[in-house]
Amino acid sequence: MTLLAAEQLSKYYGNVVALNDVSAQVDAGEVTCILGDNGAGKSSFIKILSGVHRPDGGRLLVDDAEVEFGSPRDARAAGIATVYQDLAMVPLMSIWRNFFLGAEPTRGIWPLRRFDVARARTTVRTQLEQMGIDIRDPDQPVGTLSGGERQSVAIARAVYFGARVLILDEPTSALGVKQAGVVLRYILQARERGIGVVFITHNPHHAYPVADRFVILNRGQSLGTFAKGEIDRQELVRLMAGGRELAELEHELQAIQEELGTASA
Amino acid sequence: MATESSETAATKGPDERLARASLLTELVKRPDIGALIGAIAVFALFAYTARQVHWASDLGITSQWLDQSAQYGIVAVPVALLMIGGEFDLSAGVMIGSSGLLLGLLATRAHMNIWPAIVLVLLFGLAMGFLNGYTVVKTKLPSFIVTLGTFFILQGVNAGGTLKLTGSVAIQDIDAEPGFDSARRYFASTVWSPYDFKVKVIWWIAITALGVWLLARTRFGNWIFAVGGDPVAARNVGVPVARTKIALFMLTSLTASLLGIITAIELRSIQANEGVGREFIFIIAAVVGGCLLTGGYGSVIGAAFGAAILGMAGIGIILSNWDSNWVYAFQGVILVLAVMLNAAIRTRAARARSR
Repeated sequence: MTLLAAEQLSKYYGNVVALNDVSAQVDAGEVTCILGDNGAGKSSFIKILSGVHRPDGGRLLVDDAEVEFGSPRDARAAGIATVYQDLAMVPLMSIWRNFFLGAEPTRGIWPLRRFDVARARTTVRTQLEQMGIDIRDPDQPVGTLSGGERQSVAIARAVYFGARVLILDEPTSALGVKQAGVVLRYILQARERGIGVVFITHNPHHAYPVADRFVILNRGQSLGTFAKGEIDRQELVRLMAGGRELAELEHELQAIQEELGTASA
Repeated sequence: MATESSETAATKGPDERLARASLLTELVKRPDIGALIGAIAVFALFAYTARQVHWASDLGITSQWLDQSAQYGIVAVPVALLMIGGEFDLSAGVMIGSSGLLLGLLATRAHMNIWPAIVLVLLFGLAMGFLNGYTVVKTKLPSFIVTLGTFFILQGVNAGGTLKLTGSVAIQDIDAEPGFDSARRYFASTVWSPYDFKVKVIWWIAITALGVWLLARTRFGNWIFAVGGDPVAARNVGVPVARTKIALFMLTSLTASLLGIITAIELRSIQANEGVGREFIFIIAAVVGGCLLTGGYGSVIGAAFGAAILGMAGIGIILSNWDSNWVYAFQGVILVLAVMLNAAIRTRAARARSR
């Protein structure tokens, strides 16, 4: 079942084309990986999926019905949760405050309606335990967590709030090898729960082991969608770097090397 | 102990990181601890230097400095919330004067009953706060600049308008219209004779309690931390950043208007320059109370301690028979010490984090 589909999305900033005719889809229990180098249009693409920006062309479909997101709130209401690379949480706030930020559980009636702090605390603890995340104390500020822990808490948060589609913006790019592995494991865990994951990255080595489908972006254009069996790691790297450009670069480098070789000889 | 904890770290047992993390957590959870210590220290200082007049035991003196503290503390509460929300309001001082003057005008010129006049003044406060907040949110200019503009505009209007209408620098005889006596009971009476604690002090305590509750125990409080700590993250998770900030500006102006009403009713007249300069006192109280100038962090109860320190200083310096001009120097020293102390606490916290 296709949860979220983007059809021929385009986005312009003034006369800069950030995205041109890019399509992608994610099914339940599947990881779709959006791969691209810096400036390929990855962030413009997810900002449209998550309701931060509106596309200038093309359309979004949720459960095969066309939707328009006016704000991130709308996207969240449709079950699309985005975990941003650095902006997922407020560092000076505690884990439980961050976990429920923007969707705080309340009790009582106005004007005595209040943030149900006790429930927030216990929920955070049980949710993190369920995801197998080892957190010392939900009262500690998020700024004291490591990058991997922060991503994991953010993923747990999205899953708890009933995300059907989880968009992860470069969740592994700032992490060491071991921490990245931890995050990749949570991605697979979310997939097992039947969540559709959109995993944005510029690292094909992180993408390859977890993704079921690859969409490769280059300079705002899609270079195509590939199922896992259709493409190998080398091809992925080659496409990401812009195929022909990389070949040209290799050629140039070789020429320079030869020149240097003759000069020194 | 050390070997034991390194062994348990690998297994499930108690976490060896817990001790360090919870120390930091405690410090971050209690930004007001420095202000509490400061308030106790200042009280002790005057208990000594003003011992001839029995600073510590004479409740009449307590009543005096509490009155002074309330004049700072009432507006310091929303100013602290606003600062935690990442913004400043430099017009909070002059708004006291503007509101008092408006009340005076409504009572002496429009001959309104004082109660509807009070309602109009509070609406005026809300409107000015909305104007400040809306301008800041829409123009994305620093609130420091926007509210500095409001400050100077209102200061000019207050002085020029009062002079034009009354021919003097104050509005007198606010007590002439009906309703004044009943309003005075709620805004400017005293309790517990012979010490005569001002009702203002009860307002201060109530507003502080409300502010503490709002910040710690409501959704709005969670949003305040978020819009000050990281507005982009807040927006991305669905916090209405603009509305939260505008509401904070409205709360600030509303509270300044309340203090203007209290002042006008207490004095039965109001000076055209009332409140000017007070905006910095509010900010000092909030900063002494642990609020971070960059937002996202702070405490309401801390701002109350800060106001208490400044209020004690105002009265204590006079009762110690020092020249009252030294009050400013004292406030400056307190501000610098508090900022250094808070910075030191945070640096230690950061060091613990990176370890």
